[in-house]
Amino acid sequence: MTPLLELNGVNKDYSIGGFLDRSTLHAVKDVSFKLESDKPEIFTIVGESGSGKTTTARMILGNETPTSGTLRFMGQDIAAIRSRADRLKFMARAQPIFQNPFEAFNPLTTLDYYLFSTARRFLGLKSRAEVEAAADRSLQHVGLSLTEVRGRYSHELSGGQLQRIAVARALIPGPKLIVADEPVSMVDASLRMSIVNLFRDLRDNLGVSIIYITHDLSTAFYISDRVIIMYRGEVVESGDAKTVLGSPTHAYSRALRNAVLPPDPIAARAIIEAKLADANLAGPAGA
Amino acid sequence: MLDALATPSETRTRPILEVKGLKAYYQMNYFGVQREVRAVDDVTMTISRGEIYGIAGESSSGKSSLIKTIAGAIRPPLRVVEGSVKFDFGGKTLDVYADPARMKAARWQHLSYIMQGSMNVLNPVRKVKHAFHDFAYKHMSLGEGDFRQRLVSHLERIGLDPRVLESYPHQLSGGMRQRLTIALATVCEPEFIIADEPTTALDVLVQQDVLALIKDVQRRMGSSIIFVTHDMTVHAAIADRIGIVYAGRLVEEGPTLDVFQQPQHPYTAHLIASLPRIGDLRKRKALPGKPPNLSEPPSGCRFHPRCPLAIDICKTENPPLETRGTGRVACWRAGEVEAA
Amino acid sequence: MFKVLIDLLRYNREFAIGFVLTAGIFLFALAHFWAPLPDTAIYLLPPDMPPSTEYWFGTTSRGQDVLWQMSSAIWNTMLFGLTVTIISRILAVAVGMVSGYLGGRWDQAMMTINDTMIALPNIPILLLVYFVMRDSMSWPILALTAALLGWNYDARLIRSVTLSLRNREFTRHAVFAGMSVPQILVRQHLPYVMPVIFFTAMNNLIWAIGLEVTLSVLGFSDINRPTIGGMIYWANQHQAIIAGIWWWIAFPIGAIVLLFLGLFLLAISVNEYIDPRSRLSRMGA
Repeated sequence: MTPLLELNGVNKDYSIGGFLDRSTLHAVKDVSFKLESDKPEIFTIVGESGSGKTTTARMILGNETPTSGTLRFMGQDIAAIRSRADRLKFMARAQPIFQNPFEAFNPLTTLDYYLFSTARRFLGLKSRAEVEAAADRSLQHVGLSLTEVRGRYSHELSGGQLQRIAVARALIPGPKLIVADEPVSMVDASLRMSIVNLFRDLRDNLGVSIIYITHDLSTAFYISDRVIIMYRGEVVESGDAKTVLGSPTHAYSRALRNAVLPPDPIAARAIIEAKLADANLAGPAGA
Repeated sequence: MLDALATPSETRTRPILEVKGLKAYYQMNYFGVQREVRAVDDVTMTISRGEIYGIAGESSSGKSSLIKTIAGAIRPPLRVVEGSVKFDFGGKTLDVYADPARMKAARWQHLSYIMQGSMNVLNPVRKVKHAFHDFAYKHMSLGEGDFRQRLVSHLERIGLDPRVLESYPHQLSGGMRQRLTIALATVCEPEFIIADEPTTALDVLVQQDVLALIKDVQRRMGSSIIFVTHDMTVHAAIADRIGIVYAGRLVEEGPTLDVFQQPQHPYTAHLIASLPRIGDLRKRKALPGKPPNLSEPPSGCRFHPRCPLAIDICKTENPPLETRGTGRVACWRAGEVEAA
Repeated sequence: MFKVLIDLLRYNREFAIGFVLTAGIFLFALAHFWAPLPDTAIYLLPPDMPPSTEYWFGTTSRGQDVLWQMSSAIWNTMLFGLTVTIISRILAVAVGMVSGYLGGRWDQAMMTINDTMIALPNIPILLLVYFVMRDSMSWPILALTAALLGWNYDARLIRSVTLSLRNREFTRHAVFAGMSVPQILVRQHLPYVMPVIFFTAMNNLIWAIGLEVTLSVLGFSDINRPTIGGMIYWANQHQAIIAGIWWWIAFPIGAIVLLFLGLFLLAISVNEYIDPRSRLSRMGA
């Protein structure tokens, strides 16, 4: 059976600098992983800024082409998609969720326009009633309905609601894969878990695989099935999420794991005090 | 620590900041469309000397408007409608909105800021040393040489190589830049520091170092800090007391440990219960509903439309912020909130 | 639309003043259709009459009523200016937005043409066109030539706006929502480009009118068709200033200054109104 998504030795280099001091930045180095098509899962890419996680996501969505290596989606080389028809076919199966919901929706466009446009283009629906029914069906999956969304602008809703609408929109064509780049980092704390829990529902009830990209190890632990940890473009550790995040082995993943502040004043304070004691002994700060 | 002891003991017991019944609204008029956003609505609080006071709240809860108002750094359309903000610097009371001239003089010397984006403070096309000159030099009444010496020793204390003074901001890493903004805010040894999301834009690995640095500097100088962030784990790590802001109002306040262990407001209880934690797979619930719109806030308790404990009185009457146990809480059913 | 106008008049003083000025001058220019004498006729009235109750703005040395000459002149000058502005705006928006959105090789090719045109000197080219086309020269051809020379700076400006919009997340989102390139450009980007179009339109109109005046003063246009520049040309020919016929020059210049002022006030206030940030504030963001 062809895998849903297969990355094989993917590299991405950027050349940076001006005329004289041109140099190459290896944004992504030799990344390989595979998502099976018969087993929907939440696959998490953890990394800090500059780790190459966003570049990887953009390559998966076909927004960037790899310098070398291949990305295959349902057997098809993503970088080789040229015609608009093929591109639309690909987009119907793989959809993105963006980081900042206030940025992802044009503030001057009504939200339903995105839903209707998606339904028209990917489902080939013509009549207004059909389009609206499709949008409403999708909104039901995320706990909303068209009456709540119709005619609204992004500033009228909260970040959490917008992110739900973004998910509903992505679901309209019936995708197999959703690539979510830091989808909760701009969402309010009281609503954050609603989005995270939603991803779990999509996996369990709709059979959608999700690539969840984040720097937040706590939510990664909470929802992921498998995880890879990226550092400066390379995958330093990968495997079952509970094992990798629970007891990491690579030095960088351990450092990352230890950098997570626990939501508990006693433990968190102890970490800061330990840092202070260290600094006082070692650095010039003690002088 | 030694610096703090130098102040007379009776002034040490007086709070450094007293905010009374503060109301600050955005009043706007766009081509006949009038709007009033009650970003800060009747906030009363005090901050003691040497205390780190954390302000927690979601986006557009009014927490940044609150600290802007406290700092006297508001611009129309945001206006103070009622109430007062008073600092106590070196035994002298400074009313922020009654005495703008003295407030201006107190800036940076007694009251400074650590901001979220270091690039807002550091001019990208000038060397770092110019920033120190622009912000601090005139407040320190030192000669060029002495000032330079003071700078160098201050940077060393903060764990920065003094050579950074000769570099441009873009040549430094994000963590180093944030250290610089802390150095910049603390070089005059101010009594009061306002820190607005200082760790939010930082990578996880640097965050702890920066928090430890802030704590270290604060201890050494005995300053008070208002620390604003939406990240509850940061508050857990650094704040002595926390104030929770919801829809422009202070809904709960108390010692960090107590707030985390025994939250008294249903909103706080939810915030804390929803924090995911490595090693814990129990399902976390999200609050229903959406954060309130501050230009048309709900009647009564502003949290009532989303509150699992809401009863009739919550819909009509605003609960006052009352002392309960070690803290204060504004909830009609404060006694019945359980830590999840 | 009507409500917007009422709102702007009520709440924005700049708009109100600009509107009154522009509308007044427009009505004045419109009046030339009811002029008692044809505007090209000369020596039908006593020449060099100072302003009086009979000839409000006096008469010219060519025996024309300055009032009615001005009325026609403003109309013709505005017609020229607006034609140039509209054609050059269409070009600037099309080139700027397409170039900015497509990027890459398209962008490079279009911007090379654009920059080459920026480097071309305007007046010599217009003079060249005038000499080549001398016999069949008419104001629409002149306007078209000016329009072809007047869009490139603004295309670059619009391109830079579109370029930054292209990298916004909502553009990527629109692509994944199946929107086509024209849909994205018109529905998603145009509202952000609108203020630039408006503002540059104003500059362009002033530039076009200035160009018309320059060419007419130099005598490089149909001098028998009254325009503001044409009036100054004839006043110069008759040495009006030396002869003390100040009203022949002062009134047309006064009118053009008021027109510029009115248009400028309209442009800045409308710009404020259609600016996305102010639109959002009115919507309650």
